[in-house]
Amino acid sequence: MRRLALRMLLRDWRAGELRVLALALVLAVGGVASVSFFADRVRQALTREAHQVLGADVLMTADHAWDPAFRDEIASRGLSRAESVNFVSMARSGQETLLAAVKAVTPGYPLRGKLRIAPGLNTPDADTDAIPPQGVVWLDERMMAELKVRPGDAIELGRARFRVGAVLTLEPDRGVSFMNFAPRLMMRLEDLPATGLVQPGSRISYQLLVAGEREGIRQLEQWARARLSRGERIDSLDNARPEVRAGLDRAQNFLGLTAMLAVVLSAVAIALGTRRYTQRHLDGYAVMRCLGAAQSQLFALFAWEFLVLALAASAAGCALGFVVQTLVAWWLAPLIPGTLPPPGPVPVLQGAATGLVLLLGFALPPLLQLKDVPALRVIRRDVGPPRQGALAVYVAGLAAVFGLLLWQAGELKLAGYVFGGFAAAFGIFAAIGYGALQAIGRLGRTGSVSWRYGLANLLRRPRANAVQITAIAVGLTAILLLTMIRGDLLDAWRGRLPPDAPDRFLVNIQPEQREALSEFLSANGVKRPQTFPMVRARLIAINGKPVGAEDYSEERAKRQIEREFNLTFLSALPTDNKITEGAWFGPEDLARGAISVEHWIAERFGLRIGDKLEFVSAGRSFSAPVTSVRKLEWDSMRPNFFFIATPALLEGFPASYIASFHAPPGDALLTSRLSQAFPNLTVIDVGVILKQLQFVMDQLIGAVQLVFLFALGAGVLVLYAALLATQDERTHEAAVMRALGASRAQVLAAQRAEFAVLGAVAGLLGSFGATAIGWTLATRVFQLDFIWNGWIWLAGPALGLACIVLNAWAGARAALSRPPMAALREVA
Amino acid sequence: MQDISLEVMPGDAVAIVGASGSGKSTLLGLLAGLDTPSSGAVRLDGTDLFGLDEDGRAALRARLLGFVFQSFQLLPALNALENVMLPLELAREPGAADRAAKMLARVGLAERLRHYPKTLSGGEQQRVALARAFVTQPKLLLADEPTGNLDAATGAGVIDLMFEMNAEARTTLVLVTHDDAIAARCARKIRLVAGRIDGEG
Repeated sequence: MRRLALRMLLRDWRAGELRVLALALVLAVGGVASVSFFADRVRQALTREAHQVLGADVLMTADHAWDPAFRDEIASRGLSRAESVNFVSMARSGQETLLAAVKAVTPGYPLRGKLRIAPGLNTPDADTDAIPPQGVVWLDERMMAELKVRPGDAIELGRARFRVGAVLTLEPDRGVSFMNFAPRLMMRLEDLPATGLVQPGSRISYQLLVAGEREGIRQLEQWARARLSRGERIDSLDNARPEVRAGLDRAQNFLGLTAMLAVVLSAVAIALGTRRYTQRHLDGYAVMRCLGAAQSQLFALFAWEFLVLALAASAAGCALGFVVQTLVAWWLAPLIPGTLPPPGPVPVLQGAATGLVLLLGFALPPLLQLKDVPALRVIRRDVGPPRQGALAVYVAGLAAVFGLLLWQAGELKLAGYVFGGFAAAFGIFAAIGYGALQAIGRLGRTGSVSWRYGLANLLRRPRANAVQITAIAVGLTAILLLTMIRGDLLDAWRGRLPPDAPDRFLVNIQPEQREALSEFLSANGVKRPQTFPMVRARLIAINGKPVGAEDYSEERAKRQIEREFNLTFLSALPTDNKITEGAWFGPEDLARGAISVEHWIAERFGLRIGDKLEFVSAGRSFSAPVTSVRKLEWDSMRPNFFFIATPALLEGFPASYIASFHAPPGDALLTSRLSQAFPNLTVIDVGVILKQLQFVMDQLIGAVQLVFLFALGAGVLVLYAALLATQDERTHEAAVMRALGASRAQVLAAQRAEFAVLGAVAGLLGSFGATAIGWTLATRVFQLDFIWNGWIWLAGPALGLACIVLNAWAGARAALSRPPMAALREVA
Repeated sequence: MQDISLEVMPGDAVAIVGASGSGKSTLLGLLAGLDTPSSGAVRLDGTDLFGLDEDGRAALRARLLGFVFQSFQLLPALNALENVMLPLELAREPGAADRAAKMLARVGLAERLRHYPKTLSGGEQQRVALARAFVTQPKLLLADEPTGNLDAATGAGVIDLMFEMNAEARTTLVLVTHDDAIAARCARKIRLVAGRIDGEG
């Protein structure tokens, strides 16, 4: 029986009977496997010697310089220590400027793991125990490329000038994170003061790295934890990089769900392919029944055939997935420092499981009907297997898909949403498609014979055609969404910025620099720079009750309450702020001291009008009541503040200033001159930031697109399967028409009419689906003005027509090129 | 069907004739246990067909019956040899390949063992079907319009071959046809009209 099954499999394969099934499986398995291969590598990279991720056994981070008591304690316990200071600043070389993630380190860094450097771009790298020598910086590959410098060139950072030493290829503690959007500049800590970049108001993180024997580390951690104050944090091996892990989990969920689109579409293709397979094999199985095969024998026969098919297709799918994940990793390489370890065997199991579940869920139930085919069929062709409702047949399949979704999403709610979304989309498409067919079939009964006959055909199989339309529409939705809508969303995002919106921000302006800066700006043609004072302060109590991270459950609230807020003081309400509660500062408030709070922050921390807030800045505290809540336009590109205080309240606190302006057009070197004249300023060039952000986004989108390719392929396959499903019937009909004397042209015209309507309806639905999803993303998720794209309404039907006509053409030609009798006999 | 009472003895050759829709095929389906009657019984070699379940009837068919159909009913996925091997394999009998090859040689297709049905002519396909029917050495051969899809000359050749093989194997034959010339070659002829036996001769 096994040999017979294998022979049937080979023969069915050669006859092309299994092509759709196998391809659908390969795509589904490939999609799932590529994502899990990649996720597996990243996960391994994260867990690979966890201490490398910290660069130490214990990492202590603070937003201010560490109290020397900590250093003394580390020394007294005989543990080794290194330090690093991290911040973001402008680096310059010639005319190029770039926002760099600066890390200034002491010898010994990193205590765990090793840096890797290379003497030049694209040259082999090697481990090193050293750190950059005095006066030298190491840059990562991206920074080298974007600043257009080579080892030996000079670059400027703040007030100091450095020589570029080596290419920094790996920092163990940079870890695996997708959001390192600023490239790395590493320097020696002793060189830092010369840059003049450490000023009051600068956002800097100070890190102490500690390593040593386990007990000493444990005791130190205990000792230090008891003494941690605000803005200080300890990371050890147990809690290393929770934010990276959380981010990766989300990315993996997203990619996994993308892969699920391929799985769902493949399921449709498998269901359609199996239906055709079943119909074409009814006779064969009836003959075998007639020749005395028991039901169990027939079951064994196709069970073996399909098991082998599933295994072979899963193997091919895993291989494909492996290739694609290599591409994904290669694509994302600029964002992932270091090399990823090779993937383990688990994803292969996941892929194979997906293949088996799909085949069991969607192919087996209809196949099971085959064994019930009555032997009588051999002499009476009208007898088929007992019919079952489609829903009953596919209950197992739907449950299987939900199981797979749940597995990918990792949580019931998300899986439920996605499943519901798919179900709703399929339901809506099917309903609209069915309705449209009915309407067109009834209303369009005029015109030539061919046209009328073609339309009548639509109505003859309305349900089968609705399935076909739905499948094609889903495929086209994915295609249109990825090509046209994606571009529209990016355009909408770019277009949201008014042309004269500020595109340069100056941070870190010291009070004594204000006048010189304003002169410099007006001398360079800058109009109306806006300047705001900025005081960094921490919120320590609300209505006299101390608050801390433990008082809030939301992750963002916890982080914000631990850090310093930037407060400004103003007597007039900024133009794009709107008061939603209370009133802006009146004379009484100005005299007595008051605070205005941004709407989201008020909500996050539960602040109400009249609440008394207490802040501490540079060791001194101040307090005032909330008198108003404001709403901001965050995308106005103007400096925005969560808290605005009355001027008198913040008098005497150390302030720096922040300025924003729109650079005069055509002055490409303004940023460069500005940062030369005021080296301590961080000049944030929105254009440069956007470029850097764009780079990251392009990489991520590229990777996501690779995964979407599976969905796209599956969509096209559904299309092919859907047309194949009705091809036998069409071939037969064409033969009947030919036998009745229809000319080749008339038969073709009738089919063309039918296909034209099918393709156009499916295409319009695809356009509708893509637009609906695009609109939802734009307005609900990204808060953009949705750009209506007229072309999509042409592109959808055009693609629908193209797909369906191309596919049908192949089928119709085959039907017409043979004499009618041959075609009639074959499918009769 | 009504009032059908019919006994066929071993070695008999019986032709069932009648117009289209007279119930010929239905009768054949009942004899083979492919269909079930609302009342009545069919005994095959002493066994009550409808006292068995579906799989029991299938096993009985495998043991006792051979079939030839109007539309050949070869499995398109299998080549000539494999098609003839199929009933032996289903019955798990040994030496399937040898026996099938011999039988194909008997029907004159020794050179066509590896050909698929698609590449064989109608007459050749029906010869493969004959080989498949006789390879299990059935006690009873049921033939349903075996020449219905063939031209006259080819049909005559196939019929000659069928009667030859039938005589060699001493198989009992029940043949459905509307061709009086073919029916005349059978010892008994039963005419069906509107589901009833309208005389024998």
